[in-house]
Amino acid sequence: MDVSDFDDIPGTTVFTAQRSRKGYPLNQFCMSLMKAENRTRFKSDERAYVDEWPMTQAQKQAVLTRDYNAAIREGGNIYFLAKIFATDGLSFQQAVSTMTDMTVEEYAAMMLAGGRSIEGNRSIKEHR
Amino acid sequence: MAKITAGLTTSHVPAIGAAIDLGKTGTDYWRPLFEGYEWTKQWIKEEKPDVIFLVYNDHASAFSMEMIPTFAIGCADSFEPADEGYGPRPVPVVEGHADLAWHIAQEMILDEFDLTIMNKLEVDHGLTVPLSLVYGQPETWPVKVIPLAVNVVQYPPPTGNRCYLFGQSLRRAIESYPEDLNVQVWGTGGMSHQLQGPRAGLINKEFDTAFLDNLTADPELLRKMPHFEYLRESGSEGVEMVMWLIMRGAMGPSIKELYRFYHVPASNTAVGHIVVRPEN
Repeated sequence: MDVSDFDDIPGTTVFTAQRSRKGYPLNQFCMSLMKAENRTRFKSDERAYVDEWPMTQAQKQAVLTRDYNAAIREGGNIYFLAKIFATDGLSFQQAVSTMTDMTVEEYAAMMLAGGRSIEGNRSIKEHR
Repeated sequence: MAKITAGLTTSHVPAIGAAIDLGKTGTDYWRPLFEGYEWTKQWIKEEKPDVIFLVYNDHASAFSMEMIPTFAIGCADSFEPADEGYGPRPVPVVEGHADLAWHIAQEMILDEFDLTIMNKLEVDHGLTVPLSLVYGQPETWPVKVIPLAVNVVQYPPPTGNRCYLFGQSLRRAIESYPEDLNVQVWGTGGMSHQLQGPRAGLINKEFDTAFLDNLTADPELLRKMPHFEYLRESGSEGVEMVMWLIMRGAMGPSIKELYRFYHVPASNTAVGHIVVRPEN
C-alpha cells in the first residue's frame, strides 16, 4: 500500500510525513498556546501573535477564522489544533462538529444516537 | 520476582476527565458510562497492584513536533499532570517506579527494542483519565505507574505486530525483576473515533466488538491488521488501538476475559473497557 491510498477514505486526512512537514510552523504555533501567558497574548491581539510565527498566509488565515478543515489541509494536526479551541474554551465536540456539515446540536444528537455510521463512509471509489 | 497478574484496557477520552473534575459523573449523559467502571473499581481494591505499566499516547502535551519518539518510557520518580490548554487536571502527581522502569528499559533495549528514556515527562489525559476511571478521586494515587508514551499522532505509528512483540518483551523484562511486585499492564486509547474532517463522529460498533472479542479469541488476527484497516474502519484516531496490543502481548498466549464494558458516546468516542487475566 501507498500513503496516497489514504485519500480514498472519505472526509479523512491522515497526518503523513508530507503534511507534517507542511504543517510544522502551524503546529508549533499551536504548542505555544500551552503556556497561559501566550494564550493571553494571543487573545489580546491574534493577528500580531500569529505574525510572530513563520506560517503561510493560508495557515494564519485558517487560525484567525477558526476554519479547522482549512487548518488540517494546511498541515495542522487535530491534537495541536486543540490548543486553539482550548484557548477559546471549546470542547473537542464543539470544535470537531464545525468540520462537519452539521450544527453543534445536530452533531451532538448524532453522537447520542450512536455516532456516524461506517456504511457509505469506507471508500470513495468503491462507493461503500 | 515481579509478576504480571492482570491486563486492562480502556479509552481515555478527555471529556471523561472533565466530567470527573467538574463533578458531573451523575448526570444523565455520564452516569451510564461511570456505572460501567464500578465493577473494575471494586476489583482493583482486591487486586491492589503495586505497579501499573500504563501504555498511552501523548496528545501534543509533552511532545511537540520537535521530537517524536515511537516508544518513550517514563523513568522518573514522579510525573506532573500536563496543562493541555485548560490548565492541568486537578489530580494527584503520578508516582513512578524508577528502578523497575530503568530495569525494563535496560532489558528491552538489549532485547532490541530501542526505547527512549524519559527522565522528565508531563502526563496528559491519556494517562490520567484511565487512572481516574479506575481509582476515582483519591488524595494520592494508591499505585506506582510506569508511563509508556507511544506515538500514534504522526503517521506511521508502530504496527500492531510490533506492539504485540513489544508486549512479549515487556513481560520478559518485568518477570526478570528480582523484587516481588504485583504488576498490571494497561493499554489505553480507542475505540472507534474520528476527531477531524467531514467524517468526524464515526463510530463502528461492529469493528469494536470484533476487536474486543479477538483480544481473547484470535489475537493473531489483530497482530496482522494493517494501519489502513484501523483508519478506514475505526476512524483516523481509532488507530490508537494498536496500543492495546502491547497489553495483549504482555499477557502471554492465553487469557481469560474477566469483565467487559462498551458504551457510545463519550463526546466523540466509543468507549471500550476490558479486564483480563493471563492464563499461564
